[in-house]
Amino acid sequence: MKITLRVKRFEAGRDREPYWAEYEVEAEPTDRVLDLLHAVKWHQDSTLAFRRSCGHGVCGSDAMLINGRNRLACKVLVKELGARITIEPMRGFSVVRDLIVEMEGFFAKYRSVQPYLIADGEPPANERLQSPEQRAKFDDTTKCILCGACTTSCPSFWSNPDYVGPAAIVNAHRFLFDSRDQAAEERLALLGDRDGVWRCRTIYNCTEACPRGIEVTRAIGEVKKAILLGRR
Amino acid sequence: MAESPIYHKHEAVIVGAGGAGLMAAGNLVGRDVAVLSKLYPIRSHTGAAQGGIGAALGNHEEDHWEWHMFDTVKGGDYLVDQDAAEILTREAVETVYELEHWGLPFSRTPEGKIAQRRFGGHTRGEGKGPVRRSCYAADRTGHMILQTLYQQSIKHGMRFFDEYLVVDLLMEGGRTAGVVALSIADGQLHVFHAKAVLFATGGYGRVYQTTSNAHALTGDGMAVVLRAGVPLEDMEFFQFHPTGIYKMGILITEGARGEGGKLLNGRGERFMEKYAPTMLDLAPRDIISRCIAQELREGRGVDGKRYVHLDLRHLGRDVIESKLPDITDFVRTYLGIDPIEELIPVQPTAHYAMGGIPTDVLGRVVVDEKNTVLPGLYAAGECACVSVHGANRLGTNSLVDILVFGRRSGRDMARYVAESEFPALPPQPAEQAEARIARLREGSGGGGREESAAVVREELQQELMEKASVFRTANNLVQALDRVRELQQRYQQVRVQDRSRVFNTDLVEALELGFLLDTAEVTVAGALARQESRGAHFREDFPQRDDQNWLKHTLAYRTAGGGVELKYKPVTITRFQPKERKY
Repeated sequence: MKITLRVKRFEAGRDREPYWAEYEVEAEPTDRVLDLLHAVKWHQDSTLAFRRSCGHGVCGSDAMLINGRNRLACKVLVKELGARITIEPMRGFSVVRDLIVEMEGFFAKYRSVQPYLIADGEPPANERLQSPEQRAKFDDTTKCILCGACTTSCPSFWSNPDYVGPAAIVNAHRFLFDSRDQAAEERLALLGDRDGVWRCRTIYNCTEACPRGIEVTRAIGEVKKAILLGRR
Repeated sequence: MAESPIYHKHEAVIVGAGGAGLMAAGNLVGRDVAVLSKLYPIRSHTGAAQGGIGAALGNHEEDHWEWHMFDTVKGGDYLVDQDAAEILTREAVETVYELEHWGLPFSRTPEGKIAQRRFGGHTRGEGKGPVRRSCYAADRTGHMILQTLYQQSIKHGMRFFDEYLVVDLLMEGGRTAGVVALSIADGQLHVFHAKAVLFATGGYGRVYQTTSNAHALTGDGMAVVLRAGVPLEDMEFFQFHPTGIYKMGILITEGARGEGGKLLNGRGERFMEKYAPTMLDLAPRDIISRCIAQELREGRGVDGKRYVHLDLRHLGRDVIESKLPDITDFVRTYLGIDPIEELIPVQPTAHYAMGGIPTDVLGRVVVDEKNTVLPGLYAAGECACVSVHGANRLGTNSLVDILVFGRRSGRDMARYVAESEFPALPPQPAEQAEARIARLREGSGGGGREESAAVVREELQQELMEKASVFRTANNLVQALDRVRELQQRYQQVRVQDRSRVFNTDLVEALELGFLLDTAEVTVAGALARQESRGAHFREDFPQRDDQNWLKHTLAYRTAGGGVELKYKPVTITRFQPKERKY
């Protein structure tokens, strides 16, 4: 089938305004949007710039706004979108070039929640024990690939760029609810701050946007509850 | 157009931020280290590993590292260096515990221990039957490893240079002196002056048309050291994973068969019964890929097409959704199929390079038949060849390899940089890189017609897929070698259309194509020379293993006038004498 691909293009330092480029691409219904971008880049216009790596939804490189929704270009197929596909960079980060956005602020927020296990004392000679039930409490949030789709679909983040955002909260949740972690108090204090979880207005855009199917809003809710109750 | 490079000075430079690079970095805490990655570290391909990491913890049943070692040696068709395999399998155990202590969320047994599953080629009692050795976190073990190591690097405040593509290795007076890298964001060249450099750049699966590998896996580190005069070892051994999603190559973990999944041909027969009566669908990957190719060749694919079926239906919803959630998601997303009720079409997919940059068991790069160390140069992970995988890697052993030898490399680098002074930098260190980039960006192409990197790459991938994959013959390999050399010539005419300096991914892809072509050349040259069949290297014209003449490692050097010179070095054999390989 013939696809019309509309891509919002821009280069910082060169273009004053973003502009639309249109490409005609021949595609199978089962092709990924990433395949279309490659068809353009490799056979029509090699200047089109986007990030990608794994091509099957696990590395998190190619989150972008596709027909109005944040998705991974490698994890959405043509048959789900129809013959006219519009692609823009994720919203809320500055655009460096075409579909490539500045991610450093996003990673700075991720780092700010101390995204690593904090456990004092000598570990045992073998593994620490953790029951399957304890493990299940944070399973969902271990799936995060830091693609940015949730944070850049969040109206609260758009209106307040200081908001730590859903991705960082997801990664804090992953440790807060890990029975091996001993820094719950610190973590809850961090997230209870004015730019923490209370900026979330339970809009659910993040949950809808997550390409890994993480129930992001629910995870944020669990953190809010832990702050209110003072415990996990 | 050329402007001066920006200079940096760090005791140690790590190139690549997947499992091996980050593990090495974690063992250099306290030293002055820079970690360079052409991606964001968290995008590295370690994150795509699914099924698990092998270690003889014995959490479900009796197991011993010696059994793991035996399986590794036999799985590698006896081309494995056994001193290295002993280290790999012994240290696997403590490494897995270390990861758990750093927070890795393994799946758990009912008693709360690390859960383990069966995996291809892993046996109890030296071949008596499958054993539960693969420590897993659902089917996203690599994701969890990468996340955990990246988390540790944040905890330790590691210095990263994200989206920097390393294009040259610097040497001075026979010692490693640093690297030259292109900052992808702004097109600026950087010189990193260092005492020690570790390459941990992963594989080169993108040399084949159908692959499980990320687009980023273009053999960068291997090609960069090859150009600097270092040989590559055993590059003719390239593993095809039996179960890639039909046409796409996306990996379906061997863990699916570890949980009980079966392979069926077009007639619905469980064909592995006739090829590997004991291990069945859990025979090593080289064998199963060959059996699938054989079934297809004899007309027993599904509906006359080039695939067979993977059957998970009998495992039931609970097992499939709890233990194999990601591959279930892939199959639903990309094939529109529900593996709980339907059969999955699969075919072999280019997956893993057993060969790579030769190293000793401390991760130090060695450059000849006598294992002479090149001071300050290290390699670990898929881009390296210790050799623990020999002619065919067992499933789970890549994750063991990156961690065990990533750690050993980091530790030895810490010792080395503490004991040594900075070497001098060579004069004009970025000169070659500047010239190469200028040619790609601005060159006239020497009068010939301009070539497109994408077209040359597609032709290369198709050639290797047809002539140098599961089945090989002298005839095909001769043609493939000619073709690769023709493509190398045409590469000289490649010119990038993108004039920008900002995220010029057109230029990045053209540089990567240069790396792919060099790795392709040594792969095919080694395969043509090796007149035997061993592990993943199967020559139809020499179908037997030939220990008399070929129980030895290949060392491929690039010669001054272009072309490849092959030398050989002996295999280290300690505990297990070569035997016939049956499953």
